[in-house]
Amino acid sequence: MGIEGIGARVARKEDKRFITGAGRYVDDFVLPGMKHAAFVRSPHAHADIAGIDVEAAKAMPGVVGVLTGRELKTDGIGNLICGWMIHSKDGTPMKMGAWSPLAVDRVRYVGDAVAIVVADTKGQARDAAEAVEVSYRELPAVTDAVKALEPGAPQLHPEADNNLIFDWDIGNADETAAAFARAAHVVKIDITNNRLVPNAMEPRAALGHYDKAEDHYTCWTTSQNPHVARLVMSAFYNIAPENKLRVIAPDVGGGFGSKIFIYPEEIVCLWASKKTGVPVKWVGDRTESFLTDAHGRDHATHAEMAFDGDHRVIGLKVETKANFGAYMSLFSSSVPTYLYATLLSGQYNIPAIHANVKAIYTNTAPVDAYRGAGRPEATFVMERLMETAARQLGVSPAELRRKNFITEFPHQTPVIMCYDAGDYAASLDAAMKAADYQGFPQRREEAKRRGKLRGIGLSCYIEACGIAPSAAVGSLGAGVGLWESAEVRVNAVGTIEVLTGSHSHGQGHETSFAQLVTERFGVPIDSVSIVHGDTDKVQMGMGTYGSRSGAVGMSAIVKALDKVEAKAKKIAAHLLEADEGDIVIEEGACKVAGTDKSVPWFQLALAAYTAHNLPGGMEPGLKETAFYDPSNFTFPAGCYVCEVEVDPETGVTKIVQFVAADDFGNIINPMIVEGQVHGGIAQGVGQALLEGAHYDPDSGQLLTASYMDYTMPRADDLPSFQVSTSNTPCPGNPLGMKGCGEAGAIGSPPAVINAITDAIGTDELTMPATPQKVWAAIRKH
Amino acid sequence: MSEVSMVVNGRQVGGVVEDRTLLVHYLREHVGLTGTHVGCDTSQCGACVVHVDGKAVKSCTMLAAQASGSNIVTIEGLANGAELHPVQAAFKEHHGLQCGFCTPGMIMAATDMIARHPDGLDEATVRAELEGNICRCTGYHNIVKAILAASAAMSAGGRKAA
Repeated sequence: MGIEGIGARVARKEDKRFITGAGRYVDDFVLPGMKHAAFVRSPHAHADIAGIDVEAAKAMPGVVGVLTGRELKTDGIGNLICGWMIHSKDGTPMKMGAWSPLAVDRVRYVGDAVAIVVADTKGQARDAAEAVEVSYRELPAVTDAVKALEPGAPQLHPEADNNLIFDWDIGNADETAAAFARAAHVVKIDITNNRLVPNAMEPRAALGHYDKAEDHYTCWTTSQNPHVARLVMSAFYNIAPENKLRVIAPDVGGGFGSKIFIYPEEIVCLWASKKTGVPVKWVGDRTESFLTDAHGRDHATHAEMAFDGDHRVIGLKVETKANFGAYMSLFSSSVPTYLYATLLSGQYNIPAIHANVKAIYTNTAPVDAYRGAGRPEATFVMERLMETAARQLGVSPAELRRKNFITEFPHQTPVIMCYDAGDYAASLDAAMKAADYQGFPQRREEAKRRGKLRGIGLSCYIEACGIAPSAAVGSLGAGVGLWESAEVRVNAVGTIEVLTGSHSHGQGHETSFAQLVTERFGVPIDSVSIVHGDTDKVQMGMGTYGSRSGAVGMSAIVKALDKVEAKAKKIAAHLLEADEGDIVIEEGACKVAGTDKSVPWFQLALAAYTAHNLPGGMEPGLKETAFYDPSNFTFPAGCYVCEVEVDPETGVTKIVQFVAADDFGNIINPMIVEGQVHGGIAQGVGQALLEGAHYDPDSGQLLTASYMDYTMPRADDLPSFQVSTSNTPCPGNPLGMKGCGEAGAIGSPPAVINAITDAIGTDELTMPATPQKVWAAIRKH
Repeated sequence: MSEVSMVVNGRQVGGVVEDRTLLVHYLREHVGLTGTHVGCDTSQCGACVVHVDGKAVKSCTMLAAQASGSNIVTIEGLANGAELHPVQAAFKEHHGLQCGFCTPGMIMAATDMIARHPDGLDEATVRAELEGNICRCTGYHNIVKAILAASAAMSAGGRKAA
């Protein structure tokens, strides 16, 4: 490892622009003649649109245009789609209701877009949006997924009887029933996984520009995957063919999943730019983000775990009702199915599993992937079951887990996944040691003397990352392949540009990706640039989500580097009159091993481009492209320990220590990896203690639509974290990487709830465990 | 309409704006300084913190007209030419930022915090004082570390200079 190579804690190259205010986010772009958009949104959760009168709005100062869904449909703009097909257990395809970018006849959630107003200034656009008169005929609304399935519930889409999108099964029902029939102990829980709002700090934004002369569109958008945005907008929304549509995702202020999806606003801004003849920019405000960004989680689950007399898990039954909101967002169907139920084996050897998932429409914002996406929900089920089981069986929670750990690999679970590598006991041991788990009883006694209730909770999580083998996900219903592409361009002066289909919105790719190149060729990291986020520059890509940029994105770069290295060695061997097999590339030079003969890297690059003296038949240049399709998912895993003190008088929970011991496989930049874990834990602790999106059950109004009402974790809600890794390399990709972006959010909620329930002595507690709920639980108990 | 005039990062600027123009929008849209960000509409997130006459202020809570006559420093004016301010340097060294969107407000708030605590800061104080700045990426761990490091460096520097 060099000081800038693999494994080094290199300070981030991208930081300079961010700390000096020179980052460029979508709202920072200004085009000549650009106008500003505001959306007219439904104030009702469910209503028919009887009419829209835009005349008063059109007459307002500065207004350039007011456009509605009817005009959008007339122009042939397509409906939004969900790109992952799920079949119900009876073989029928999922029931997808129509989602027009601007509602035409009916609105189905508060915030549903109805019209767009374009004006000289943002203020004028908003004023005029208020003057658009929409006549609504209100309909009864339903916001709770369980209630939406009941007879007589309001119906959202004619395509989906009883609001049921699909009724899906995984695993083996008969074997599981047999396991339960012979069980010595059965543990049952009912849990709610609370609905969350992702809350990237940069609100979503879109700037659409139609160039009439070229009949070409450009879209600057807050996207985690600009190429997917272009593909979907071309193939399904009829904006323009791909060669006539450029999508740019510049600096993006956080995503956490919410910026994967294609939303109505970017489609409408592009269309409105053509209609009005001016560039159209929309920047959401925070309330619009709360109302219309895809939310996360929102599961209601009943789960049962069967044990034999020796406390080994012999079966698992899970029934989950997943709230999908008013429309099926782009990847919504994959989240509570292949990203959730396939992880229900956890870290444990469970011979029989059966899960049923019902996907349900409600009059709420669409629900899709949010950091962890399905895996936090699965981990919460498994780790609440394990902790509850240990309490009911009267055994150590750590030892019950250890007894059931999978210890041999590869391990085929009953729910599709084949785990390739791991050492779950190592993470458990590391976490218990770091947390001084053995010393906890003394700390509990000491706290008791101070009148505080102290508790400790474990969580042993596993996730599937590096999504994913294209053929495998294709067979499971994915509409796209989930490979990644890269291009490595060695310039004639020896500097290197890496073009990647991954997208960085906080992950530090400009640094960690460059470390790969530095490691390979020994060139200074400042001579390497990472280019991403522009469909005109990067050939193709599937973007960043599911902790895939390391395991998949970097693997594509490795493949391209292999090709560059091979060609460079051929050129060097020719120039140095040596055997190709004797050439080594290090310290910025191509050398003949064991001799003092060498050619500097920049000279070799120049030779490739002058092409005066290349091996016979070789093409000039030094630039290679690669596509990498993974052979398997990767399986990051680890153990988290949370220790809390609860004040029984107030119900306030204080996290007194939080320990994370993760197995991410090989690591490129430990500093960046630790930062990912910190952020993930904060979001998981937020889910456990603070955050929850609440709709009024009657009116369907979002009651938590601002930072005054939705509790974001603040600095004084959190402790400093103790993080460490104990790594088993992933055998499935060339760098041995597993992924680290979501682990914190996946592993931490059950650790927190296990700790609080340990402290207060009752398992009846739902997330978020607010002081009011904890106080009430203590008294009820 | 209101006529406004102020010094921003040492430069005199002015013009006529709508009465309702907030300072943050004036800075972003009229002065062209887009480093100051808008992350919410309820003055909670702190992405828009600038210094007004030496004090940290959320520039979304103040009309441009109210700031007329003031001396404003934004994130773009914090460094001394190519030399980073110690707080900027500490954020980079300690990985106190990820997506960078909250960062300008964090750095401006931290600079003010350190100035108000010349004898140094402890972790509890830093966390309490960050109440008005929200970050979704870092879990605050490295932001707290960066501010403590910058505080220590600046106190040491101050003592040396004295």
